[in-house]
Amino acid sequence: MASETIIQGSVTRDDEPVNGYVRLLDENGEFTAEVPTSATGQFRFFARPGKWTLRALVPGATVDRQVVGTQGEITEVAIAV
Amino acid sequence: MSRSDVLVDADWVQARLDDPKVVIVEVDEDTTAYEKNHIRNAVRIDWKKDLQDPVRRDFIDQAGFEALLSAKGIANDDTVVLYGGNNNWFASYAYWYFKLYGHGDVRLLDGGRKKWELDSRELVVEVPERAATQYTAQAADSSIRAFRDDVVDAIGTLNLVDVRSPDEFSGKLLAPAHLPQEQSQRPGHVPTAKNIPWAKNANDDGTFKSDDELRALYQTEGVDLAVDTIAYCRIGERSALTWFVLHELLGQENVKNYDGSWTEYGSLVGVPIELGSN
Repeated sequence: MASETIIQGSVTRDDEPVNGYVRLLDENGEFTAEVPTSATGQFRFFARPGKWTLRALVPGATVDRQVVGTQGEITEVAIAV
Repeated sequence: MSRSDVLVDADWVQARLDDPKVVIVEVDEDTTAYEKNHIRNAVRIDWKKDLQDPVRRDFIDQAGFEALLSAKGIANDDTVVLYGGNNNWFASYAYWYFKLYGHGDVRLLDGGRKKWELDSRELVVEVPERAATQYTAQAADSSIRAFRDDVVDAIGTLNLVDVRSPDEFSGKLLAPAHLPQEQSQRPGHVPTAKNIPWAKNANDDGTFKSDDELRALYQTEGVDLAVDTIAYCRIGERSALTWFVLHELLGQENVKNYDGSWTEYGSLVGVPIELGSN
């Protein structure tokens, strides 16, 4: 954990977990990774320190969030769609 | 060969869910995804358990492929439609196996599992029963598979396309960012390789870009398609997707997938490695 940069969080719609996908894009907007959300709407990335964009894809909606990852820390991001 | 001979959309699959001669096959990185749910009447191929040699680092041989497809109830004259998660990474990898062993009619579902889910199409938990067959595979087609020595020989002479993310290419990451970074091999890329991440081939929903867009992508990135090309990634699944684009969609005959990829190359003693971006 000390060396890892974790970006994680949840995707909700009307406060309820929503199943979909979250993409991790680098500072140039390049695709880096993508995960499906869990049954409780959660996601996690092992990234590197720096600026990232999270893009949530769910049926009927796409939402972007800017985040900054820090080494040795868990960055929590709640995404409402 | 037209695009529809190798790639079908969700409506095409939906209309053939009950066609016994169309076998839908799910292949996922997360091999438990199928158990949660899957397209109705789809069978599963497990890329780890079913497609790899149980002892050596290699994939199953011709007899193993015959036994696998026979057990799954897939006949030589069946149309096989592959789909999966991660924008069809492992479905593309399985597609490459089907071509390697000479299956006649195999196609990818455009957008894979993600597009199907984002369209809110039906997924079920029932596992179909298919009667076993007597499948006969062809000898492995080595013209679409590259080995490590082919890659070393290609440095500075052939097209080397590294389809990993920019951070993996430059050496900042050893694996995709949704996986733990536990590998111990050296980071970086094969000298003279061009970094054209697999994701540039696809739209956000996982469907492939048009042939014109794809051709323009490789031309813009300076890949001379008249020259032989080797694609690689970390373990050969993302590069199977790029192989699909170049060989199957764009009809380039001179393209190989290096399935040993970075986990092999980055562990070789004495081979040249380059760090940094293009």
